Amino acid sequence: MAHLKLKIEFGGGLELLFSNQRTHFVAIPSTVPQGDNKGQPADINFLTHWLRDNLLKERPELFIDTGTVRPGILVLVNDTDWELEGEGEYKLREDDEIVFISTLHGG
Amino acid sequence: MAPKSCALCQNSKAILRRPKTGQHICKHCFFTVFETEVHNTIIQAHLFKPGDRVAIGASGGKDSTVLAYVMKTLNDRYQYGLNLFLLSVDEGITGYRDDSLETVKRNQEQYDMPLKIVSYEELYGWTMDRVVSAIGKKNNCTFCGVFRRQALDRGASGLGVDQIVTGHNADDIAETVLMNIMRGDIGRLGRCTAICTQGEDMIRRSKPFKYAYEKEIVMYAYFKKLDYFSTECIYSPDAYRGHARAFLKDLEAARPSAIIDIIHSGEAFELKEEVRATQKSQQTCKRCGYMSSNDLCKACSLLESLERGMSTAITDKGRRKLEAQGLTPDNMRTIPYFHPSSSVDAEAES
Ligand SMILES: [Zn+2]
Ligand SMILES: [Zn+2]
Repeated sequence: MAHLKLKIEFGGGLELLFSNQRTHFVAIPSTVPQGDNKGQPADINFLTHWLRDNLLKERPELFIDTGTVRPGILVLVNDTDWELEGEGEYKLREDDEIVFISTLHGG
Repeated sequence: MAPKSCALCQNSKAILRRPKTGQHICKHCFFTVFETEVHNTIIQAHLFKPGDRVAIGASGGKDSTVLAYVMKTLNDRYQYGLNLFLLSVDEGITGYRDDSLETVKRNQEQYDMPLKIVSYEELYGWTMDRVVSAIGKKNNCTFCGVFRRQALDRGASGLGVDQIVTGHNADDIAETVLMNIMRGDIGRLGRCTAICTQGEDMIRRSKPFKYAYEKEIVMYAYFKKLDYFSTECIYSPDAYRGHARAFLKDLEAARPSAIIDIIHSGEAFELKEEVRATQKSQQTCKRCGYMSSNDLCKACSLLESLERGMSTAITDKGRRKLEAQGLTPDNMRTIPYFHPSSSVDAEAES
């Protein structure tokens, strides 16, 4: 199966759910291997589920809520707000950098 | 999707969708509009006058770190003529506050501002670690809140400052409006949207980020690569606020203007005279000289209950019970007397 190499970064306290490590390099399937979207190109929605199943160590409800990234978590695609890139439906490309930052921790 | 260009300069690539306006803007324009809006908030509310000494309440977290950076930037750019200080409270929470204070100490160097740290241990003789081991985790946030408020006032008085600015943002204020509605706390609802509070504390507090969205504060910190600390307090199971926050984030996801709309709703509530009249008038604490609505201020009552091994003084009933027990033991730890006038002799740690 073909894979996509990605750089993932967690910030704002979210790294605590991922072994307290901010930067991760991952290789994910380039198409969705199973489920309703089987065969579709990997997008951020697929990535977040993949991260939950493969990288997340604790409290998944603080990362994913009703099938998508929990409200209050900011996502950047190659340093651009994901709201400009189609949010969860953004199709991932080789070497993309995806950043997740929680805004929910105290100021 | 093809890269969009900035709605403001029509030139650079857009990197952010503004929650307030929906506009797609570039990094440079984002910095400009974010800073300019804070400046406009400051000017419209007449928050400062030239020569003011202003303490930034600094926790090491995102909001106060961005506030310190933006206050310094605006003070230089628009020549406010302010003397800026960083003021932190050390609650004495191992593994939480000691780490975040390291962040504040780095900020002190990065922003070239004097830093003063007021510790609970020094002021009250109790760290939060010790409070929690004595009373458990149920009411510890009440103790911490009462202690923090007086610690900030005393620290600010020690620096001789005219006011304290805090990093409370639009999301925080909207969340507080919701919580006050849900609790039926009409008195607080009428006050919580004010950009400036005077009278509740000895030293005036204001919120230059009142209209700044949390999303933009976090994005600002990210793009400026500001150094901040983000771990939840290990003793803060403030579940109620947590639910209010999650609810607010859901509302914002459906309609970004929800946050400003809730603030405007809160502002529209005005207290009638009779509600105001029932709020207690302020006097001076007989033991420590801090402002108080009873003979003893809340901090002195709580401290006495800790010293006597009772943890009930947070309610009026508990306080009466404490008073009914008679004289305070001689050897009990009390808070040093507060002399607001002798303030300028204490120098900031450098
Ligand atoms: Zn622009
Ligand atoms: Zn007192």
